[in-house]
Amino acid sequence: MKVAVCVKEVPDPAAPRKIDASTLRLDRSGEGALNPWDLPAVEAALRLVEEHGGEVVCVSVAPERAAATQRKALAMGADRAVLVADEAIAGSDLVATSRVLAEALRREGADLVLFGQQGADSDGAVLWAAVADRLRLPLMSQAAGLEVSGGTARVKRQTEHGYEVIEAPLPCVVAVSDAINEPRYPSLKGIMGAKKKPQETLSLADLGLDAGGVGEAGSGTAVYALGPPPPRGDSLVVEDDGQAAERILEFLVERKLA
Amino acid sequence: MGALVYVEHHGSAPVKASLGVLAKAVKLFPDVAAIVCGSGVRELAGTLGAYGAATVYVADDEALSAPLPQPRVDVLERVLADHGVDTVLFGSSVLATDVAAGLAARTGGGLNWDLVDLRLENGRLVGTRPALQDSVYVDVGWKTAPRLALVRSGSFEPAQTGGSAPVVDVPVEVSEFSRAATLAGHESAESSGPAIEGAEVIVAGGRGLGSPDGFRLCEELAGALGGAVASTRAVVDSGWYPYSTQVGQTGKTVAPKLYVACGISGAIQHKVGMQGSGTIVAINKDRNAPIFDYCDLGIVGDLHAIVPRLTELVRQRKTG
Ligand SMILES: Cc1cc2nc3c(=O)[nH]c(=O)nc-3n(C[C@H](O)[C@H](O)[C@H](O)COP(=O)(O)OP(=O)(O)OC[C@H]3O[C@@H](n4cnc5c(N)ncnc54)[C@H](O)[C@@H]3O)c2cc1C
Ligand SMILES: Nc1ncnc2c1ncn2[C@@H]1O[C@H](COP(=O)(O)O)[C@@H](O)[C@H]1O
Repeated sequence: MKVAVCVKEVPDPAAPRKIDASTLRLDRSGEGALNPWDLPAVEAALRLVEEHGGEVVCVSVAPERAAATQRKALAMGADRAVLVADEAIAGSDLVATSRVLAEALRREGADLVLFGQQGADSDGAVLWAAVADRLRLPLMSQAAGLEVSGGTARVKRQTEHGYEVIEAPLPCVVAVSDAINEPRYPSLKGIMGAKKKPQETLSLADLGLDAGGVGEAGSGTAVYALGPPPPRGDSLVVEDDGQAAERILEFLVERKLA
Repeated sequence: MGALVYVEHHGSAPVKASLGVLAKAVKLFPDVAAIVCGSGVRELAGTLGAYGAATVYVADDEALSAPLPQPRVDVLERVLADHGVDTVLFGSSVLATDVAAGLAARTGGGLNWDLVDLRLENGRLVGTRPALQDSVYVDVGWKTAPRLALVRSGSFEPAQTGGSAPVVDVPVEVSEFSRAATLAGHESAESSGPAIEGAEVIVAGGRGLGSPDGFRLCEELAGALGGAVASTRAVVDSGWYPYSTQVGQTGKTVAPKLYVACGISGAIQHKVGMQGSGTIVAINKDRNAPIFDYCDLGIVGDLHAIVPRLTELVRQRKTG
C-alpha cells in the first residue's frame, strides 16, 4: 500500500518564537525543524508499510529550504518526499493551504493519507478535515490506535466522551494522536541513505493551481493586531538546587495547603 | 444574512460549550439560529429557544446518529445556502473542529479557531485568539463569507433567556464519501482510585513519569496530601492510566485548591481543564515547558528525585 504522510516544517521548537510585528505572521526566519507532532504519523506510516509492503511518501507545503527538514522523515525510513514550494503560498491560511496540499495529494493517489496531531506553531489541528473534504475521502481524526486490514482502516480515538472505534474503507485520511506510538530515531545508515532518496519540488503551476487561490489572496481569515495576554498571577520558577522538595513544602505550608 | 450556532449534543442534552457560544452570539447578532444534527434530536432542539435561539434548525436522520463530522458538513453546506447564513459559530470539540474545518474547505469561508472572545468593532466581527502558548493575544477577522469560528471551551457561559423558538426541519442529503466512515463501537473506560471531581488536592502525572510505574510516585504523594491522582491525554492514550483520571479538553475540568503537575508540559488542551485550580505547582525538567507560564510555583528539575522526597517531607510533617 502507498501511504502519504503530511509533514510540516515549523520554527525550531527549542528556540523562542515570535510573531513578526510588521507582517503579523509567525517569524520563520530562524532554523526550521520537522514538526515534532508529525513524527508519530511518520512512524505509523512506516509500521504499516513494514506490515503490508508498499511505500511511504512525505508531502509538505513549505518554502524550498524545507527539503532539508523533510530529509529527517526520509532518514526515519520514508521512501521519498514531495515539497510544494512557491513564493505565492506564503501567508496561506487553512483554506488556502488545504487547497495546495489536497492537490499534491491528489497527484499521489495514496491508499492512506496520514496527518500528525497538530502544528507546533499553529496548534490548529484543523487541516486534515479541510483536505479530506477537498479530496472527498473519508476522515478519521485523533487516532490513538490505527490498524489496517482487508482494505479497511480502523481507528480508536478519544473524544470528550471517552473512546470511540471508527472504521473507513481505503483510501481515507487519518490524523493520529501523538500517543499512538514511540517514533523511532533515525539510524546512522538511515541518515546517510536519506540523501540518496528521491525528493521532488513542485510549483503551483505543476499542480495546475492559480496564485489567486493561495497566499493572502486565497485566504479567508485576516490578522488585525497583536496584543499582550491578560495579566496573570505571578509564576515563581526556580531551578532545583537539591532543596526543591523543601522549597515546595515551605510554599505549601505558607498557603496552608500542607 | 444571519448567524448560526452549531449545537452539539451528548445523549439527550446539548453540550455546555455550545450553549455558551449561543449565549454570546445572541449578544452580538439579531435573530440567531441554532442547528442540531443527530438522530432523534427534535425534542432537544425544542429546548434551545430557552437559551436564546430565535429559530432552531433540526437535521434529524439516521445518517447523523454517529458523532462523525462529514455528514454534518453536507447538512450545513445546504443550510447555509438555503437560509442565507453568513456566520457559523462552534464550541470547540473533537467533532466540531472537524465539522468546521470541513465546512471551511467546502464553502471557502475563513475559519478562526481557539477563540476566547468575539466582539463587533464598528460592525466588523473580531475574534481574540491566544497564540504561541497563550503568550500573545491576536485579533483576527474574516475576509470572506461564511465567517466560521471555533470557540475555546469554557470561554462563554450559557444563559437562560426563557424564550422559545420554532423548530424547522432541514433536509439531510449525505454524499457517499461522507457516509463511508462508520462508528464501530465505544470503549468503556475503567476507573480506579479516588475520583478527581471535587478533590481538594490533585497530584497529576504526565509523560514525564517515564512509564506506567511512574504513577506510583504520584499516588504516594497524593496519599500523603490526602488527594486524588490525575493524568494527561498522552498517558491515557498510551494506556498508562485510566481515562477517568484525565484532565483537559477531552477529559475532566477540575478546580482543586492545589494542583501538583509532575512531568506535564502544560499544553493548552490540558490547561483548559485545570486552570481554575487555586494553587498550581509544577515540576518539569524543561525550563521552556508551557506549564511554567501559568503555575504559582515551578521547579525546573527531575521529578524522580523531587517527588519521593516531597512525599517523605509531607509525611514527616503530618506525623509531627
Ligand atoms: C483535540 C485534542 C484534545 C486533547 N485533549 C487533551 C486533554 O483532555 N488532556 C490532556 O492532558 N491533553 C489533551 N490533549 C493533548 C495535549 O495536546 C498534549 O499532547 C498532552 O497534554 C501532553 O501530555 P503530557 O504533558 O503528559 O506529555 P508531554 O507533552 O510529552 O510532556 C511531558 C513533560 O515531562 C517533562 N519531563 C520528562 N521527564 C521528566 C523528568 N524526569 N522530570 C521532570 N519532568 C520531566 C518533559 O520536559 C515534558 O515537558 C489533546 C490534544 C488534542 C489535539
Ligand atoms: N504546510 C503543511 N504541509 C504539510 N502538512 C502540513 C502542513 N501544515 C500542517 N500539516 C499537517 O497537518 C497537521 C495539523 O497541522 P495544523 O493544522 O497546522 O496544526 C500537522 O500535524 C501536519 O501533519
